Amino acid sequence: MSGHSNWSEWVYIGVVVALLAWVGAEAWNIERLVEHVPENAEVIKVTGQQWFWTFEHEDGTKETGELHVKKGVPYKFEITSKDVIHSFNIPDYLVLMDAVPGRINTVWFLPVDEGEFPIQCREYCGLIHYNMRGTLYIEDGA
Amino acid sequence: MVLELQKPRPIWQIMFSTHHTDIGLLYTIMSLTFLFMGGALALAIRVEMFSPGPQFIADSMTFNRIFTVHGTNMIFLFLLPFASAVGNYFIPIMVRYKDMAYPKLNAIAFWMLPPAAALVWLGFADFGWYAQPPYSAISAPSPAAEMWIFGLKIIGVSSILGAINFIVTILKCKHPDLPLSKVPLLGWSFLSSSLIVLVAIPTFAAALLMLLTDRLGVTGFFNPAMGGDPIAYSHLFWFTFHPEVYVLVIPAIGMMYEIIPRFSRKPIFSHSSGVFAFVLLSIVSFASWAHHMYATGMSFTEKTVFMVGTLAAVPASAMHVFNFLATMWGGRAKYSTPMMWSVGGIALFFSAGAGGVVNTAMPLDFITHDSYWVVGHFHLFVFGTIAFGSFGFLYYMFPFITGRMYNELWGKVHFVLIFIGAVLVFFTQHILGLYGMPRRVFDYPEIPEWIAMNQIQAIGAVLLGVGMTIFLVNLIYSSAKGKEANMEDPFGLGGKYYYPYQAKNPHHD
Repeated sequence: MSGHSNWSEWVYIGVVVALLAWVGAEAWNIERLVEHVPENAEVIKVTGQQWFWTFEHEDGTKETGELHVKKGVPYKFEITSKDVIHSFNIPDYLVLMDAVPGRINTVWFLPVDEGEFPIQCREYCGLIHYNMRGTLYIEDGA
Repeated sequence: MVLELQKPRPIWQIMFSTHHTDIGLLYTIMSLTFLFMGGALALAIRVEMFSPGPQFIADSMTFNRIFTVHGTNMIFLFLLPFASAVGNYFIPIMVRYKDMAYPKLNAIAFWMLPPAAALVWLGFADFGWYAQPPYSAISAPSPAAEMWIFGLKIIGVSSILGAINFIVTILKCKHPDLPLSKVPLLGWSFLSSSLIVLVAIPTFAAALLMLLTDRLGVTGFFNPAMGGDPIAYSHLFWFTFHPEVYVLVIPAIGMMYEIIPRFSRKPIFSHSSGVFAFVLLSIVSFASWAHHMYATGMSFTEKTVFMVGTLAAVPASAMHVFNFLATMWGGRAKYSTPMMWSVGGIALFFSAGAGGVVNTAMPLDFITHDSYWVVGHFHLFVFGTIAFGSFGFLYYMFPFITGRMYNELWGKVHFVLIFIGAVLVFFTQHILGLYGMPRRVFDYPEIPEWIAMNQIQAIGAVLLGVGMTIFLVNLIYSSAKGKEANMEDPFGLGGKYYYPYQAKNPHHD
């Protein structure tokens, strides 16, 4: 470089690269664990359409706008859409996955607290996107 | 130089001119006009969101159209043309050439923008600035969608013509005594961003045509009902528009490279490290596009590849920050308005970059994706970094565009209001996103934290509005009645400026 010492810049770049490598490695490791679906997970088929959610349980029961699950049971969502792209989101459980027509995306979660939690659409899908909401009911399985 | 207000000439002479300073002036005026129009839309959004329930925007369709045009307008009709304005004024002078390489092409590239702007504004489309199919292909109302598509198509062609012109001017028209390595960093920034445009834009141009034929029903590229795949559009779109972020950021960094050493009264810490970081950034910018798409159902491997590609862009950006700080270190800094904007812009650039690292870490992306966090994150880039750099540079150019000085006190008040407003709005948006509020919603449930944070944002937005009004008044008043500037050294810094008043405009003889 232009004659003067640049050791400070090299140290700084080294620190930045080390930090990034750490973030990347941690993210890689955690995502690998998070994406590992438990074998005993029950499948719930989730379908988004303008502008509501429908759910189909393994036993064939269907729900619209409401989803009832049991505490302590892992669930695997198989998410798709009938029209445009939506995004299935349970903010309190950090569940987020796009509902893409023509594709089935999966994500899983383990309900741990009883109660009611909001379900919402996180991808702009038109007129009533803002109110494409549902409710998750987590009930005691015993 | 222009000095229009001191030596007035008929407006048609400027409009039909092909001289680079005249086209620079046209770009400046156009981009500022759309800045204020787009800003008004932003203010409307924030006031509407002040509390749950409709406030004054009648329905969600109007709201959706407003955020779509706000985004499209700010990116394509404010930031991009403002960069072209700076490039037109400065690049020929920095490479010591009489004009741009192709003056007529330059004028054509500018005059494509007003019709494109008319299409975008009169259409007022509703599908968000990225027009995601299948919504945009099967659901979005006509003719707004078609007008948006044609508008963007024209803007894309204009960008490509402008990029060709900058590249040829810098590489082929520079003075033989000036080696490329000695071209100022502002010149390097335009060379890098223009090369990105040439590689990136054609992909989106193709996607736009495919979207149009999909809307006409003759094809189904992105329509699953006809065997297409909407995610293919996302890839084509982000292959263009992730690099496009750098097309906007790199010239803004270049503008800071012009301001920071001058107002620190010290040479740049390392010219070669700035050049290296620009070149590296323009290459790496193509390795990260799909980090916008983790939640579309990408495989673990794909996500890992794009996470690494995204993280790889950080060291180059960090080199710029280091270069700025090392330049200011031990300098005799004069905190005039342009310097304050640049320093504020670097601070927000750093925050935006840190937020970007969070977004790209795969598990964290699923928390922030499509929430208000993302809105806050990219506004720290487009507003906090790029617009800050642009405002600072506009103050810096002001004396030699008008021959007069802006009001320094009001310039600083403008900065303080905007900085506080930006922190209130965009930092709050990050937190609001962590509380799970989705972006692009017309209304929201009565969750106390959401209400509180939306109200903080509305206050911040009003501060931004007041600041921008002061800016507008300062620009208009000072260009007519401001103190006459000392054209050799308007900021009292000593040294030699790259000032466009050295450029001989044939109309001023």
